Amino acid sequence: MSPTNPIEIFKQEAQELLAQLEATLLDLDCTPDDPDLIDAAFRALHTIKGSGAMFGFEAAAAFTHHVETVFDQIRQGKARLTRDLIAVALRARDHMRLLIERPEKADPAAEEALLAALHDSLSPGEAVPVVPCEAAGERVWRVSMRLPRDAMINGTNPLLLVDELRSLGESIVTPVTDTIPRLQEIDPSACYMAWEITLKTSKPRSEIEDVFIFVRDEMELEIALAETSCEDAQGKPDAQEPTPSGPAEETLSEREPPEAPAPQGEADAHATPAEQQRVRRETTKNHASIRVPADRLDELMDRVGELVITQSRLKQIAASSSDQQVRAVAEEIERLALELRDTTMGIRMVPIGSLFGRFRRVVHDLSRDLGKEVELIMEGEETELDKTVVEQLNDPLVHLIRNSIDHGIEKPADRIASGKAPAGQITLSARHAGTEVHITIIDDGRGLNRDRIRARAIERGLISADGALSDAELFQVVFLPGFSTVSEVTNLSGRGVGMDVVKRTIEALRGRIELSSMPNRGAKVTLRLPLTLAIIDGLLVRVGDARYVLPLAAIEECVELPADDKGGSRGCSFLNIRGELVPFLRLRELFAAKTPPDRYQKVVVVAAGDLKAGLVVDQVIGNHQTVIKSLSKLHAGIEMFSGATILGDGAVALILDIPHLVQFGQIAEEQLRAAA
Amino acid sequence: MSNWDHIQSSASAAGALKVLSLSLDGQLFAIDAGCVREILDLIPVTEVPASSPFASGLINVRGKVVPLADLRHKLGMTKRSPTIDTRIVVIEVDLDGDLTTVGIIADKVHEVTDIPQSGIEATPRIGLAWPPEFIRCLGKRSGDFLIVLDITRIFSGEQSRQDPSSFQAVDRNCC
Repeated sequence: MSPTNPIEIFKQEAQELLAQLEATLLDLDCTPDDPDLIDAAFRALHTIKGSGAMFGFEAAAAFTHHVETVFDQIRQGKARLTRDLIAVALRARDHMRLLIERPEKADPAAEEALLAALHDSLSPGEAVPVVPCEAAGERVWRVSMRLPRDAMINGTNPLLLVDELRSLGESIVTPVTDTIPRLQEIDPSACYMAWEITLKTSKPRSEIEDVFIFVRDEMELEIALAETSCEDAQGKPDAQEPTPSGPAEETLSEREPPEAPAPQGEADAHATPAEQQRVRRETTKNHASIRVPADRLDELMDRVGELVITQSRLKQIAASSSDQQVRAVAEEIERLALELRDTTMGIRMVPIGSLFGRFRRVVHDLSRDLGKEVELIMEGEETELDKTVVEQLNDPLVHLIRNSIDHGIEKPADRIASGKAPAGQITLSARHAGTEVHITIIDDGRGLNRDRIRARAIERGLISADGALSDAELFQVVFLPGFSTVSEVTNLSGRGVGMDVVKRTIEALRGRIELSSMPNRGAKVTLRLPLTLAIIDGLLVRVGDARYVLPLAAIEECVELPADDKGGSRGCSFLNIRGELVPFLRLRELFAAKTPPDRYQKVVVVAAGDLKAGLVVDQVIGNHQTVIKSLSKLHAGIEMFSGATILGDGAVALILDIPHLVQFGQIAEEQLRAAA
Repeated sequence: MSNWDHIQSSASAAGALKVLSLSLDGQLFAIDAGCVREILDLIPVTEVPASSPFASGLINVRGKVVPLADLRHKLGMTKRSPTIDTRIVVIEVDLDGDLTTVGIIADKVHEVTDIPQSGIEATPRIGLAWPPEFIRCLGKRSGDFLIVLDITRIFSGEQSRQDPSSFQAVDRNCC
């Protein structure tokens, strides 16, 4: 780790905790009574408060304290979590974030209002009555605790936990030493012991559990009632066999983390082996990960890129050398470089779920504000994308989701009137398709208003009044700057700003955006994005005297251009590939090559989505590891090229943008058909 | 910022302006030496089809893909085929907010020289053969004049546009 400023580290951690808190609150919105979630929220708040105060964020710590108090009351059953309270808590979370990240922007009046709202939402009248016997006399608890082996390394002192338990009442502590290994095998920093504590206390179970609140997830903990002084209230629990019969027992079995062995068979049923495994796996995963600054990953990628370029130079030199040893080493280095490339790219890939998670909040807030019921369905969250792409997708996706909720989904009454379920659905999905990742946002709202878009486009002189346009063509005007069909500007949308920005962002990522709509059935937006911005497998071809790179994943096959097509029509014509008519482009003409064409021209058949096109080249040179270098602003507008790369001999080669070329071929094909 | 302030800000401690003098189409020009990164012999240039004639090529500068621009095009000069004296001057230029590394072609590169403050003269409104907006100032130096180019101005507004003529030409070919 770099020796960063501890305040920066705190801010980073706080950001993660706040994200976690948000997710937890949103989960609670669906299941407001889940004690595990309430605990999780409380823990996050507690940590933010604690470390905030430690690093001098007093304002944030003080504010968080109030929120924490509310959750503490909920946790103890003294108050109930309502949906209103969750909404307030979400706003409070935002305020905390503001206090931590930009304290100068925080508005004290807003803080007052939030605190007042928090107190209003707490309805003490609804408080769940505390189980009387818990408050009454003393009871004897048997607590059995075993910490994970690395607990002491992680800074937990088991003796402090034991002492804290002892402070709750009269107790007998028995250490369990049977797992201590032989002396020569002992790791002095590991925790081998377990403890059995018999505790006589008048405090409720929750206070005993509180002792372990920060180690609970990792440890094994059993808390059982050994005997009770108010047996009548509890029925007849046996001292040796605490049957989960009373309300307190139920709370226990629910709160028990799955991996903790429950005292008796009944409770065991709550934790299936699969669940236990999952929790363990998650724990190990957390332990094995480290935090690395993102710019270091970028640097690493740059270095790997340079290595790949140098390696292809070495490969070229070795190929012309007669020295067997040089060739062997060159091959070895090629293999290593490729492995290193794959590993590095793997590090940069992040699941898109990390991004999708944020939209739950957007949907939650918006649907509340607009009085619409919206259900967000997410699919393919595990789909991985380069981190740069994921980072830049946030704003466009937020915008598209807002559009769907604001314009697409109708109010519940309207939906019922048109025979739909009152709650609208937005499906956000991601999936791999060849070299691309497709992200789709589908809503089941009223769809795009074709007539209104058309009318507005004609009014603004964007299309001619008599021209017949396909839906796809018409919808393209939506992406023009300043275009909006909404007469009434809301604070969310309707200003006509946005879709053009969305389109520009997606195009900057070398992606494309497609829009389709069914009246009264909903709209669908598809974002097609390249898998990575860094290195691809490419096919090197020669056109005239220049060399170009085609992304290998987009290539279907290479065939020879039939002799009779050579002198045929210029620019573009068709090729019969196994009965399928594929339009092809002569790259020589597209690129205005001056040298005489080769005798045997090749056609590289490429595909983008469902469309295919052939590209006629002079020569197919071979496979090439392509480190993508983006083009400067001087050249970025040339749509035929998606970037450039450096070849083994140091020359620069352009990378062809397959989707654009295929589209170009399709347009040419349509024109040809129209002319015919 | 006025033209004058701009000159002041990049002047060296002694009040002199450090420039790199170079020849374009037989005429002596100079660019601010502060933006020059390195000077290269002519290296293989990859032509970019459908690009504007001002920036029609790409070169490899130490593993980076860098656009190659031809100032002669902007100054309305004829393009000459490279000679033994042709060099590529690698400069850093502000391209609409992004600091970009760009190569420019020079028919000949002379020297880095100081223009004393007393020798800096504002661009005359008339009497120059080149667009006055591309010229930052004139520098008087031992009898002759150096024309100091305003590199940022030359590159500004040079957003990549696809050269429409070439694409349309292809379009027509297709049908």
